Amino acid sequence: MSKSYVEVLADKDARIDGRKFDEVRKPIKIELGVSNKAEGSAKVTWGETEVFVGVKMAVGTPYPDSPEDGVLITGAELSPMADPEFLSGPPGPEAIELARVVDRGIRESGMIDTKKLCIKKGELVWTIFLDIYPLNNDGNLIDAASLAAVAALKSAVFPKLDGDKILYGEFTKTKVPLNVIPVTCTVVNIGGKSMVDPVLEEEKNFDARINVAVSEKGDVHAMQKGGNVGLDIDQVDEMIGLAVKKSAEIRKVLK
Amino acid sequence: MTYAKRFDGRKFDEIRPMEAKVGIIKRATGSAMFKMGNTIAIAAVYGPRDVFPSFLQNPSRGLLRCHYDMMSFSVTERKRPGPTRRSNEISKVTESSLFPVVELNKFGNTGFDIYVNILQADAGTRTAGINAAALALADAGAPMKDLVCSVAVGKVGDKICVDLTKEEEDYKDGATDLPIAILPRSGKVTLLQMDGKMTQKEIKEALEMGKKAIQSIKKLQVKALKDKYKEAGK
Repeated sequence: MSKSYVEVLADKDARIDGRKFDEVRKPIKIELGVSNKAEGSAKVTWGETEVFVGVKMAVGTPYPDSPEDGVLITGAELSPMADPEFLSGPPGPEAIELARVVDRGIRESGMIDTKKLCIKKGELVWTIFLDIYPLNNDGNLIDAASLAAVAALKSAVFPKLDGDKILYGEFTKTKVPLNVIPVTCTVVNIGGKSMVDPVLEEEKNFDARINVAVSEKGDVHAMQKGGNVGLDIDQVDEMIGLAVKKSAEIRKVLK
Repeated sequence: MTYAKRFDGRKFDEIRPMEAKVGIIKRATGSAMFKMGNTIAIAAVYGPRDVFPSFLQNPSRGLLRCHYDMMSFSVTERKRPGPTRRSNEISKVTESSLFPVVELNKFGNTGFDIYVNILQADAGTRTAGINAAALALADAGAPMKDLVCSVAVGKVGDKICVDLTKEEEDYKDGATDLPIAILPRSGKVTLLQMDGKMTQKEIKEALEMGKKAIQSIKKLQVKALKDKYKEAGK
């Protein structure tokens, strides 16, 4: 099998768009309040990748094993609008993985104080719907969507509640209670070289990928390996180290 | 009860403030955003490209397919993602409203796919979607005989109005929604739907009002298309 162009470049310590291996695309921009019916919304422009994330809130019954906890439901729609290779129809494995990786970063870091989403123990809790809609895919949707999700949640307010019914369209000023703010950073391995923030061409040709959700303290809360090539433990360690380091840099745009 | 003054203070024949921008999605062949008041539609066009499934290929005429959808958070109560009976119908009427202007006979065996997504909804999403889709087609360089301009007309209480808001659609004494699309040069109507109650005379009056109103939509569309090249020329 012949080498892909990005691998030929990696052998020469180069990348297709001229970045260094540890260089995240610039600028990363966050726009808040892009959809006024949502309880919170954000658009992230990450190089040429653009993603919308919206927060909608509802009330419902809690899960029986966590009667005092609110519920988080994350979804992603890979609309064919964003990429000619995305197909119409129900979410495929790629969309489901995107939603689940974003979800786990938020869930496992304990970002949302779910206990404070309890209205009546065992009966009524808030449900937070987080929906991801890419607008333009130029690679690394996971990091862009994770950032947009965090930004949308940070800006989200509760709708007004009347008994057990939501007064839709009326918002309170109360913010959704948050603890830790996770930031996800993706590192790919191409021809043995680790590099952050893959563009589409690199995403199509990587050997392996690790997504790492990192807290402000530098703790790792969620990971996902992708790609069909195995990694040495030393490579895994190097990739996680790079992700932790770079997540701190990405975090600055949230400020 | 008479509907003496519009909720947002507009004249009865006045469209909400509009914004339009083309070339917003880099990977698409053509794309556009069209905003009417608080309704924001985004459209992307891919094509001409191969048609799948291949039995849909027509050697003598290209295919035009439209897919309309709303983002889950674009409305007050979350909409479950994915197509519904409503969105499928809107996709179909959007397709028909655009079909007459595109010279599809030049694109045998291939097709154009148009994706319309609503980011924020405050009534008139299909009309904003059609305005965005027509712009996206033009941005994609599809040969077109005309633009397509769309707006809802209708009746709120006892008054014929143009470009109804959600608040007007929900007016307590009843409201009629009559979304239309008109080709600005030929004056042909390519979208016509209605829900409510109006007399034949009122409908004629509303259509004439709509025909006048679309001139400002056309102007904005032409400006948005030219602006892209102004920016590119800088």
